[in-house]
Amino acid sequence: MTDITARGHTDGQAERATTQLVTLTIADQLFGIPVLSVQDVLAPQPVARVPMAHPVVAGLINLRGRIVTAINMRQRMALPPRDEDAEGMSVVVEYQNELYSLNIDTIGDVVNVPNDKIEANLATLDPLWRGFADGIYRLDEQLLVILDITRLLDLDGAEAA
Amino acid sequence: MAAAGAGGTAQASDGSGVATEGLPASPQVASEAPAPQAPAPVAEAPAAPPKKPAEPSAEAEEPKQHKESSIAAQSVRVNVQLLENLMTLVGELVLTRNQLLQMVRGRDDSEFKVPLQRLNHITTDVQEGVMKTRMQPIQNAWAKLPRIVRDLALEMDKKIELKMLGGETELDRQVLDLIKDPLTHMVRNSADHGLETTEGRLEAGKPETGVVTLNAYHEGGHIIIEISDDGRGVNIEKVKANILSKELATEAELAEMSDQQITQFIFKPGFSTAEKITSVSGRGVGMDVVRTNIEKIGGNVELTSTPGKGSRFKINIPLTLAIVSALIVESGGERFAIPQIGVLELVRVSDNSENRIETINDVPVLRLRDRLLPLVDLPKLQKLRVEGDIGSEISERYVVVSQVGTFIFGLIVDRVFDTEEIVVKPVAPILRQIPIYSGNTILGDGSVIMILDVNGIASTAGAVDVPRNDAGDDDQEAASSGAERVALLVFRATGSELRAVPLALVSRLEIIEGSRIEFAHGAAMVQYRDRLMPLISTDGSQITDDGQKNLLVFQEGDRAAGLVVEEIVDIVEESLKVELTAEQPGLVGTAVIDGKATDVLDVGHYLTQAFPDWFKATEDERAGEGARKRMLLVDDSPFFRNLMAPLFSVAGYEVITADSADDALRMRDDGAAFDVIISDIEMPGTDGFQFAEHVRSDPRWKDVPMVALSSRASEKDRERGRAVGFDDYVAKFDRNKVLDSLNRDFRREDADVPTEKVA
Repeated sequence: MTDITARGHTDGQAERATTQLVTLTIADQLFGIPVLSVQDVLAPQPVARVPMAHPVVAGLINLRGRIVTAINMRQRMALPPRDEDAEGMSVVVEYQNELYSLNIDTIGDVVNVPNDKIEANLATLDPLWRGFADGIYRLDEQLLVILDITRLLDLDGAEAA
Repeated sequence: MAAAGAGGTAQASDGSGVATEGLPASPQVASEAPAPQAPAPVAEAPAAPPKKPAEPSAEAEEPKQHKESSIAAQSVRVNVQLLENLMTLVGELVLTRNQLLQMVRGRDDSEFKVPLQRLNHITTDVQEGVMKTRMQPIQNAWAKLPRIVRDLALEMDKKIELKMLGGETELDRQVLDLIKDPLTHMVRNSADHGLETTEGRLEAGKPETGVVTLNAYHEGGHIIIEISDDGRGVNIEKVKANILSKELATEAELAEMSDQQITQFIFKPGFSTAEKITSVSGRGVGMDVVRTNIEKIGGNVELTSTPGKGSRFKINIPLTLAIVSALIVESGGERFAIPQIGVLELVRVSDNSENRIETINDVPVLRLRDRLLPLVDLPKLQKLRVEGDIGSEISERYVVVSQVGTFIFGLIVDRVFDTEEIVVKPVAPILRQIPIYSGNTILGDGSVIMILDVNGIASTAGAVDVPRNDAGDDDQEAASSGAERVALLVFRATGSELRAVPLALVSRLEIIEGSRIEFAHGAAMVQYRDRLMPLISTDGSQITDDGQKNLLVFQEGDRAAGLVVEEIVDIVEESLKVELTAEQPGLVGTAVIDGKATDVLDVGHYLTQAFPDWFKATEDERAGEGARKRMLLVDDSPFFRNLMAPLFSVAGYEVITADSADDALRMRDDGAAFDVIISDIEMPGTDGFQFAEHVRSDPRWKDVPMVALSSRASEKDRERGRAVGFDDYVAKFDRNKVLDSLNRDFRREDADVPTEKVA
């Protein structure tokens, strides 16, 4: 996965050092993930629960014959669960040849972010968030937290942290 | 493998183009299957035998070569990866087929039905065909073994013979790869630890050459591989000492374990009983690795050992890893698949049926026939259901009886659907450390479900590394001590007292509506199979016609009587010892059954209550055959004597009992004469076989027909029985058979009287 993010950066450098990010919101916070790592955007799907699994695993979904592990992003980010009636969406990303579906609230646009405008994580940010945030970008109205998929899905490390 | 490997290289050198194609495939194979092996593409296996003549024929004359090439043309070397891809595609095809079938299910008029049926058949054929390309005979994995054993024999200075049976049994290449190392290890183990030294064998009175036997065969969609040796068996004392020194269990715990349980400790990590480390074993790579490897491919391994006689490993592995038949169950609202290999049977349980889940300190158990089955509550294990609300909304559940090694346990699930062919897909890395799953799959309806790993569930649920095999022990116990086990029906009569009656005496159990009970002459009866059947109660009280009644139906010829009981409690198999003989009429005595004092019913008493003329009638019936036959019943157990005697009386015999063979022989010396002798086999002192020999060797009773009654009615016993002079050999309590046998004997005797009857 590192290579995809890296590729995102290199592509950006070729076009005057920008990174293309897909924006998404989870609990009203804006996030961005590199557009090249996104495989699919899905409407709500029936999820098969996996008892005894890691709490961030929401279950399994069938994506055109492939089994995809659904990740509960709110759980991953230690955010309160979504309202029962609010329907979420999911973004499918690939990590170590496996597909993961990240449960998010809404999906936004694709934005071009100049690499030199990305600011480092705030030192005061929650260590958990610092673990998966790759930097922060200032949009006009909002702050956008850039997600590092590799570290986001490296749950063993997350558990240790 | 040495021979095949050499053949492979020889071919590789001359068939350069094709062979190089095979080579890059091997790292890919290796990455999938940890066991490294020579690049042997599947298609090579069937081609292997013709290759042997190929070498001489290369230098030989033309026509022979021609013939050879035509054989060679019939096989193609194929890249393993290609076959793997094909298999994956077939997997997808099977899933899609299942999906389509699900869609048209229940629609009779669908125009897709016929083409779909064809698709179904073709898919099955393609699946089988592709599977076959992956199949290799197991001897490919065995090929190295003779050499290993030979080397070992030299090094250890032992004489070892390796017998290999069923080498042509085919199994999936992937499974073969994974099984090869464990197999090699186990054969080494048997040859090294299992077999004694040559001197040791001679001392033990065994032939000098020790035998290690490998046997592979199919059994119900699985492959069984047995590795047995005729060596010293597992040294229980040494294992115990080892357990204690490694602190795997305390002395007190060991004291409660059976030998079988202790034996299973050898599968624990870091356990080796080898006294000294040799180059072949005792290097720390123990049976735990073997077990882990076998369990990885969904199989299991068990060890049975007889001290001084040898030990036997039995490996049970699935035919293929890719597509398995699985049972779909529901737990806590979610569906799961259980591979059929782990399922022995299904039991439906509900609170008001005979099969009911009981708890001991919140641990659920089920009485299943003669054993107590430990249960694992799946929804609870998976935390899909909060403590306490079990059974509140579900009155009926299912128990999936599963076996892991020698450990048998039940898995409680909420519902059972049907079985489905599923394509096992590996789970995502994030889920891999959960022990209770072995994979996941997509069902015909498109939903994703997890495949349960029975081994993992067993170990998650608790101390399963030391399997308890209670029934096995009981069987052994019964066999060795000759204890007679009888199936008993335990019921509650009118009060709370438990009563029991041998199950074999009961013809049927019925539940009737009270409204069907009719009264005539103040006696209760019911219309049953177009006849009137009198009803009796155990305590002589009036039978009422309210509610439902449980009936035990006793039948004799055309006549039946129903005994009204409150509740049927259980059917248990127990070795029966009547400890208190009862003063009360209608009871034979009191015995401890299933840990509770239980009155054993005298059925004869109740039969005469129902039909006061029961005995008389049968006597009259038999009158035509002459006067009552005199029968000698020899049995050491007063219970059986008391129980059988009325039965035979009912059948028209005058029964005289003897409590031992010696007692019976004394009667003979006193000049008593009988028309038939029925004898138990297992008796203290002179047993039934010896008794028969005595009887047959003396002219006085030489011609009296003899019937053996035994709880041991195997073919071998029968043969022995006939050899010593019994005319027939009947399982105890098989009442109808006993009577049949008697009738037959008499009829034959009547016909044969003039001729000398030599048994």
